[in-house]
Amino acid sequence: MQIWLDQLRADVDWIGALPAGFVYTIGILVVVNIILVYASLLAGETVWLERRISGRMQARIGPNRVGPQGLLQFLADGVKLLAKEDIIPATADKPIFLAAPIIVFVGAFAAFAVVPFGDGLVAADMDLGLFVILSLTSIEVVGIIMAGWASNSKWAVLGAMREVAQMISYELPLGISALTIVILAGTMNLTDIAQQQQGAIWNWYVFRGPFAFVAFFVFFTAALAALKRAPFDLPESESELVAGFHTEYTGFRFAVFFLAEYSAMILFSILTSVLFLGGWSPGFPVDLDEGAMRWVGALVLFLKTIFLLGVMIWIRWSLPRFRIDRVMYLCYKVLLPVSIVCAVGMAVQVLVAFTGLDPDSALGAWLGGK
Amino acid sequence: MSDGASQNPGPDLRSGGEPAGVVEFHERQEAVGRDVRTEEMVFNMGPQHPATHGVLRVAVKTDGEYVRALQPHVGNIHRCAEKIGESVAFYQWIPYLDRMDYLSAMCNEHIGCMAIERLGGIEVPERAEYIRVIVAEIQRVLSHLMAIGVYGLDLGAFTPFLHQFRERERGMDLLDHLAGGRLLYHYVRIGGVKRDFSQDWLDELEAFLAAVERRLPEYNTLLLNNRIFQERTFHVGVIDHPTAAAWGVTGPALRAAGVDWDLRRDVPYSIYDRFEFEVPHGYSGIGGEAGDCFHRHWVRVREVEASIKIIRQALAQMPEGPVMGRVPKGFKPPEGQVFVRGENPRGELAVYMVSAGKQDKAWRARCRGPSFSNIACITEVAEGMLIADLVALIGSLDIVLGEVDR
Repeated sequence: MQIWLDQLRADVDWIGALPAGFVYTIGILVVVNIILVYASLLAGETVWLERRISGRMQARIGPNRVGPQGLLQFLADGVKLLAKEDIIPATADKPIFLAAPIIVFVGAFAAFAVVPFGDGLVAADMDLGLFVILSLTSIEVVGIIMAGWASNSKWAVLGAMREVAQMISYELPLGISALTIVILAGTMNLTDIAQQQQGAIWNWYVFRGPFAFVAFFVFFTAALAALKRAPFDLPESESELVAGFHTEYTGFRFAVFFLAEYSAMILFSILTSVLFLGGWSPGFPVDLDEGAMRWVGALVLFLKTIFLLGVMIWIRWSLPRFRIDRVMYLCYKVLLPVSIVCAVGMAVQVLVAFTGLDPDSALGAWLGGK
Repeated sequence: MSDGASQNPGPDLRSGGEPAGVVEFHERQEAVGRDVRTEEMVFNMGPQHPATHGVLRVAVKTDGEYVRALQPHVGNIHRCAEKIGESVAFYQWIPYLDRMDYLSAMCNEHIGCMAIERLGGIEVPERAEYIRVIVAEIQRVLSHLMAIGVYGLDLGAFTPFLHQFRERERGMDLLDHLAGGRLLYHYVRIGGVKRDFSQDWLDELEAFLAAVERRLPEYNTLLLNNRIFQERTFHVGVIDHPTAAAWGVTGPALRAAGVDWDLRRDVPYSIYDRFEFEVPHGYSGIGGEAGDCFHRHWVRVREVEASIKIIRQALAQMPEGPVMGRVPKGFKPPEGQVFVRGENPRGELAVYMVSAGKQDKAWRARCRGPSFSNIACITEVAEGMLIADLVALIGSLDIVLGEVDR
């Protein structure tokens, strides 16, 4: 983003005349707002997407009244939730109860700062982008535990308890399967990772050897658990724990949880696309100039995100829920060993590519992640 | 079953009496040491809870996610259905029977009318008997469809729940066209049934049966053959034969325990002895163990198939004739008592009636509902299981609170 602002200062005279710090501050505020609005809108439309797809899957229609095809349904729902009574239980721990949705919201939305929406379309192009995302999404869990504990409701406590149990089990395979790609790419910068996958479809990291291929599925499964999506929706499992950790939340506070859940879905969809599915690469070389390619790439990444969201929705409405012990069994005894094998195998693969093969040859570059 | 279980009505949480599981837990806790302080928590699951299928309240004593003891509290929608049976005329009681187990109204009517007819010695025409069997079996299909779908909902799969509604809706329309009501019919009357089938209705019925037969494999793909579903239900909530016998568990839950017992075949009533049908019963060959939640679900799926078979046979055999027998005006049965039982979708419904003679109403009317007995056994079965499994257990028993409380 700094590059864009510097370019702006060089091109436009009156902006160049302003103090650099002022331009950067305003620029940051503008970009933050753009991303917040964009992510919220996208989350709202994801809700719509989910309701329409689930409607189709369940032999019904889904929302189709507000706006074209019901696209504005989320606005109507938001207004409805705003107008609802805001109840804070008398026995709740008030400060924590009020802070919890904010932390969940921050955890889900702050990560968008380092997420690339396209080539160069990123607010903060950090070298530790992937690391920042994984850390910030873990903050969300703290908010959920706070919500469950502060509600002073037994169901909410159980929901928070399940979230803790689930978190410590999915974080390991999630991180290690992401590490597989980091070993291959040699960087945690998401833009660089995506850049390395340009060109033909077999350049996508998911297709570079068996370890990356398996790591993709491990990552996606662990991401489903991280998102509390069915079949891993134990913290809020509505048929067992009423609504789990947000049982006592009403009105807009509830909407914040809801929004955070869907924005985290988008976050992980983009992340999966960037890490494994080539980012903004359409899967074949395109001959366009840089400016046009940037927007085509953004569209390609957007479509990949929608596709992954669709898969998540598809899974949610097809499968029954796991039981908490089965989730932990799956994460610790299946996903964790598999992801470790993937990471170690990937390290060997890269080592072989660098030592046994010419890194500049086609095969060496393909296996070595260049 | 050991005598202890049949005499012990379950732990009483109010008096503080602690069941064996809890005592054991305390001992183990002391062995662990005192540095980790854990507490038990008493949940009130229900009466407003999505998994209790109505207004059942289960007081659950938990240690984390584990159920240490529990006690179902019933009676929230007690409507004196039996007492009303002693204060209204016989024919007026039939609609109250509908409202007991509102998901199997036709079967309730059928058994209730059989009791009253036996009390008064009323003959039912042949054709009416066939019609009664057909509507009762349609009702069984509808009830089991609901049970299959709702069980998916209990386990977190929402889609099968709405899919079954698509077929169930057709069946409810079918009974609506016949009886004029979607859920509660008052179609089976003392001495026969309200009206005969039309040819259009029979075509509709055939379409409905074909639709159910076509869709059942789809539901099985979503639930019965689903790996997660199997993991959730195998070896969970096992009600074995002795436990089932000790608590009076009947219906699909009893057959799931491996007991080959169906009143329709073994103590035939109405005209059920004229049909060939399979009585599915659990065995460990299908996975899990006999009596677990999976088997109860599996038995229901197979019973839908068996019911469709019965309907087809009844349609083929059905004679022509009147559908209403002769019932004297101001029907006053002679002095006497009857005990009639039949196989409802949920188990054995028995109606006991005493007539004092020269009265148009029963001196004593009493029902034995399957849901009430089936839900009672969870006090014993649910000890030590996870809360998620408790939901799976209650769901697999497929109770209707209208009948538990009556």
